[in-house]
Amino acid sequence: MLLIPCPWCGPRDEIEFRYGGQAHIAYPSDPESLSDEEWADYLFMRDNPRGWWSERWMHTAGCRRWFNLTRNTATNEIGASYRVGEEPPPEGSAR
Amino acid sequence: MTGRRLAAPAGHGIDRSRPLAFTFDGRSCEGFAGDTLASALIANGVHVVARSPLRSRPRGVFAAGVEEPNAFVELSAPVFRPIVPATGVPLVDGLVAMPRPGVGRLPPGDTGAPAARHRHAHVETLVIGAGVAGLRAAFEAAQAGDRVMLVDERSWTGGTATSGDEVDGEPALGWIATTSGALASASEVTVLTDATALGVYDDGYIVVYERSTPIERVHHVRAGRVVLASGAHERPIAFARNDLPGVMLASAALLFADRFGVLAGERAVVFSTNHAGHEAATALTAKGLEIATIVDPGEGGKATDAARAVGIDVRTACAVVAADGDQGVRSVTIAGPGGATETFDADLVLVSGGWNPTAQLWRGIGGGLRWDDDRTCFVPDAPNARPGGPSGGRGPSWLTVVGAAAGEVPSSVPYWYTPADDLSEHFVDLQRDSTVADVLDAVGHELRSTEHVKRATYIGTAIDQGRTSGALTTAIVNQAWGEGPGAQGPTNSRPPYTPVPYSVLAGVDRGPVLLDPIRTTPMHDLHVERGAVFENVGQWKRPWYFPEGVEPLHSAVERECLAVRRAAGVMDASTLGKIELVGPDAATFLDRLYTNRMSTLAVGSIRYGLMLGLDGMVFDDGVAMRLAEDRFLITTTTGGAAKVMDHVEEWLQTEWPDLRVYATSVTEQWATIAVNGPKAREVLTAAGTDIGLDAAAFPFMTWREGEVASMPARVARVSFSGELAYEINVAGHHGTAMWEAVLAAGAPLGLTPYGTESMHVLRAEKGFVIVGQDTDGTVTPHDLGMSWIVRKDDSDFIGKRSLRRPDTVRPDRKQLVGLLPVDPDRWLPEGSQVVSPEHADTAPPVPMLGHVTSSYRSPELGRTFALAMVTAGRERIGGHVVAPTLDGPIEAEVTAPVFYDQDGARRDG
Repeated sequence: MLLIPCPWCGPRDEIEFRYGGQAHIAYPSDPESLSDEEWADYLFMRDNPRGWWSERWMHTAGCRRWFNLTRNTATNEIGASYRVGEEPPPEGSAR
Repeated sequence: MTGRRLAAPAGHGIDRSRPLAFTFDGRSCEGFAGDTLASALIANGVHVVARSPLRSRPRGVFAAGVEEPNAFVELSAPVFRPIVPATGVPLVDGLVAMPRPGVGRLPPGDTGAPAARHRHAHVETLVIGAGVAGLRAAFEAAQAGDRVMLVDERSWTGGTATSGDEVDGEPALGWIATTSGALASASEVTVLTDATALGVYDDGYIVVYERSTPIERVHHVRAGRVVLASGAHERPIAFARNDLPGVMLASAALLFADRFGVLAGERAVVFSTNHAGHEAATALTAKGLEIATIVDPGEGGKATDAARAVGIDVRTACAVVAADGDQGVRSVTIAGPGGATETFDADLVLVSGGWNPTAQLWRGIGGGLRWDDDRTCFVPDAPNARPGGPSGGRGPSWLTVVGAAAGEVPSSVPYWYTPADDLSEHFVDLQRDSTVADVLDAVGHELRSTEHVKRATYIGTAIDQGRTSGALTTAIVNQAWGEGPGAQGPTNSRPPYTPVPYSVLAGVDRGPVLLDPIRTTPMHDLHVERGAVFENVGQWKRPWYFPEGVEPLHSAVERECLAVRRAAGVMDASTLGKIELVGPDAATFLDRLYTNRMSTLAVGSIRYGLMLGLDGMVFDDGVAMRLAEDRFLITTTTGGAAKVMDHVEEWLQTEWPDLRVYATSVTEQWATIAVNGPKAREVLTAAGTDIGLDAAAFPFMTWREGEVASMPARVARVSFSGELAYEINVAGHHGTAMWEAVLAAGAPLGLTPYGTESMHVLRAEKGFVIVGQDTDGTVTPHDLGMSWIVRKDDSDFIGKRSLRRPDTVRPDRKQLVGLLPVDPDRWLPEGSQVVSPEHADTAPPVPMLGHVTSSYRSPELGRTFALAMVTAGRERIGGHVVAPTLDGPIEAEVTAPVFYDQDGARRDG
C-alpha cells in the first residue's frame, strides 16, 4: 500500500485516496475550435510511460482535495506531491 | 519408521514438566509444552499422518516448518482450522486434529472462532525472521535507537539453530537466549512469535498474521526499513518412492531430535549433496540414530571426513535409487558409479539436496533472482547481495535481505533426481502427487516456461505453495531443455506467504452492519411497521411496495398505481441526492454542469436538467431549485449522489478554481415526502398549510416555503408521475412527523403509500427515463430524444464538444423508443435483445437491433409496455420488432416512448 504525501494532510495510506489518472491535461479553452482528432486526443489519449510521471489523486477520505503526485511507474517510488496550480518538481526529486 | 521420544534431557525446546494431552484421528496422545503437533505425532509413533490427495499413498511428516507438503490436518480444538500443516501447529492441551489431505472443508455455520483484531503499528525497523540473522539485525537496530518489530512464524526465536551450532564463536543456543532476552526487555522492541509476515507491500507496508490465543491479530505495520531474514529451505532429491513415510529432510530430522528430543526412526540412509546434510547425520549419530550410510553424489569434503571420523560409512559418487516398504520405508537401495546397487535395511531416508533462500516475500514486492553457481541456488538479486546476474527487479531501497535468505547457504552438488527408466514414482510435488515423469511429459509437449509447466502439472499450486518442489521442477525443466541450471528461474510467488483464513482478514468488519453501510431514511421505521417490502438502491433501503396483508407484488403495484392516477399516493423520496451550491458564481458553474441553462432560472423556480460526462454521455439527471441569487439546490439520482458530488468537486478544484462556489451534500439533512395524484392539493389542504396551492399562485416547476402540518417546509411542484404533485421537504428530524401527518390527513381522500416499483411504472408510462436503467453510459441526450434539453447557443458545457464526434452523430445509434407487445398480456423481460421480425425464426447469429431497458404491466393502460434502446429506433416507430425469449418470441410494435397523458394535461390536477 502506497504511502501518499497529501500536500494538505501529510503522509497517509493509499486507501484514503482516489486515483485520477495523468496530471496536467488541461480542459481546452475553446473545445468548439478543436478538430475531431484534437478533441479525441484530449478526451482519450494518455501517456503510459515506464518511469517517472505526474498523476492526479484526491484525498477522498481526508481533506477531499485534488493534488498532483510524481511517481515512478516501474518501482512505485513516490517523488513529490504538489497542489493544483503549482509547477511539477524536477523528475524524481525527494518528497 | 517408528518415532520415539528420547530420554531427558534431550530436547532443549520442550518442557517435560508440562505434559499435554491431545487427540489425533480419535487416538489419545501425549506431548509436552514446546512441541509442535508434528513433533508430538512422531513421538507418539504416528508415521502415516495423511493419505496423499490424488493417489492415496501413505504420507508422513516430511519437514519441520511451513514447507511441509504432507502432514496436513484439520483442527477442531482449540480453534477450528480446515487444513493446516502439523509442523506449524504449536501443541496445546486438549488439541483435537484429524488427517486432512488435499483440500480443507468448512463446516456449515459459524466455527465459533472469535473475530481477529486488526492493529496498526509504526516502526523504524521491521525484521522478518527471528533466526540468528534476524535476531542480530533486530538487536543492532534497537541499539541504534530504532523502534523495532521482530516477527517469526515459529513459536520460538532462534529459527532452526541446533545445539551444535555456533554464533561468533559461542554456542548458538546461548547467544540466541541472551539476544532474545535483551530484545524482550528493550522498551521500543516488539517480538512476535507465531506471527507470519503475509506480504511485503509498497512503502514498507507489511501485513503480519499473529496466531495469538484466544484472540488472533492482524498487524498492519508501516516500517521505515524492512530486514528480510527469512532463512532458507532445504530441498529434496527425487528417487523412486521418495514419498514414503520415513523420507524426510535431513535438517528437519535434526531439529526434531535436537529441539524436541524426538527421533523419527532407528536407522537412516542419508542422501546429501552438501556439508549440512553430512553434519546433520553426524549430529544425529550422537543422539542415538544409527546411520547406515551417507550417500553423496559428489566427491565429498571436510564434512565427509568428519562423518567418517565418528565411524559413519560415506559413499561418494553414489545415489539413492529407491526406497521401499508398505506403510513406510523398510529398505533403501543405492547405486554406485558403475551401476552396482546395494540395499540397506533402514526406516529413514534423510535427504539434503541443497538449500533455497526463502525469497517469496522478496519476489512479491518485485525483487528479482539470480542463479548462484557456487551456492547452486537462486538468490535474491538484492543491492546488498553480490552484484551481477541477468534478472530484473532489484527491490525497493527500504528492503534489505540478510543471512541465508540473501544466499548465505551451504554450497551443494547440483543433483536433482536419480535417473531411472520409470520416473512415475519419483515425486517432485508431494502435495500434488506430481512426479519427474509429469514434468518431463510437460516438457515433451513443448512447454518451456516454468509458469506453463506449473499450470500443466499443478506443481506448486497446493497449499504449501511448492516450497519443496519449485526449485526441483525448475532444475528438471532447465536440464530437460539442455540448458544450464540458471537459465530460467522458478515460478513467481505472491502474497500471502502462507494461507490465512478470510475470517481473519475480515476481522470484526463482517455482518450486515460493518461489511457495507446500510442507509435508511428518517421514516424507515414507519415503513417497516407498515409492512413495506424493501429493495436496495445503492446503499439505501427503499420501500419497494407496501403490501396489504399477504398481497403479492403485482396486485400491490396495481392498487398503488391506480391510487396515484385516480386519487393520490405518497412516497418517501428522501433518498434522492441533494447538493447545495452557494456562491456568486454558482449560476455560471451550473450552466457548465448542465446541458440546459440554469442561470436564467428565477428565484423560486425549478428546472429539470441533464448532466453529461466529457464524452457526451448522460451522466446523471435531476432538478435545480434556485433558492436565492447565489444559492441553488440540485437533486441527483439516489445511486448517483456521491459521483455527482465528486464530479462537482473535481471540476471546481482542478479546472475552474476561479469560480467562487461551495458545494455541500445535504441529502441527509432533508426528508422528502412526495404527494402525487389528482387529489394531491386536497391532501395538502387537509394536512393544513399556509402556502397558496392553486395552480396560478403556485405553478408547476416552482417551490414555496411555509408551514405544512405546523412544520416548516419547502414544497416543490415537481412530478415524476405526470400527476399533480407536491414534494414536501422538511428537516430530517421532522420526517416521521410529517409522514404521519400527511397520511392521517390524506386517508379519507384515499391517499395510498407507494414504493419504487409503482414509481417506476408511473414514470415509464410518461416516458421519463431513469439514468442507469434506461441509460448505460453510452447514451446521449439525442439518443433519448431529449434534444430539447441541449442548448444551441455558443456557450460551453461539459460534454458539449463530444456531441459532435463522428460516432455520436451516427444515424444508426440506438435510440429510446416505446414497445407495445402485440399480445397485451405478454411481458418483455428487461434486458431482452430485440431483432427484426424477419429474423424471428432464424437461427443465431442474427443482427441485434437493441434491448429492452424497462418493462412493466400498466394498470392504467390495461396492458404491458416497455422502453427500449433500438438502433435507429425513431425511424422504426410504427414497425415491429421481436424479442426472442426462453418462452418463445414476443412481437412488439415500436412506438414513441410516452404512453400516457401525451400532452401533459394532468400535472395541474
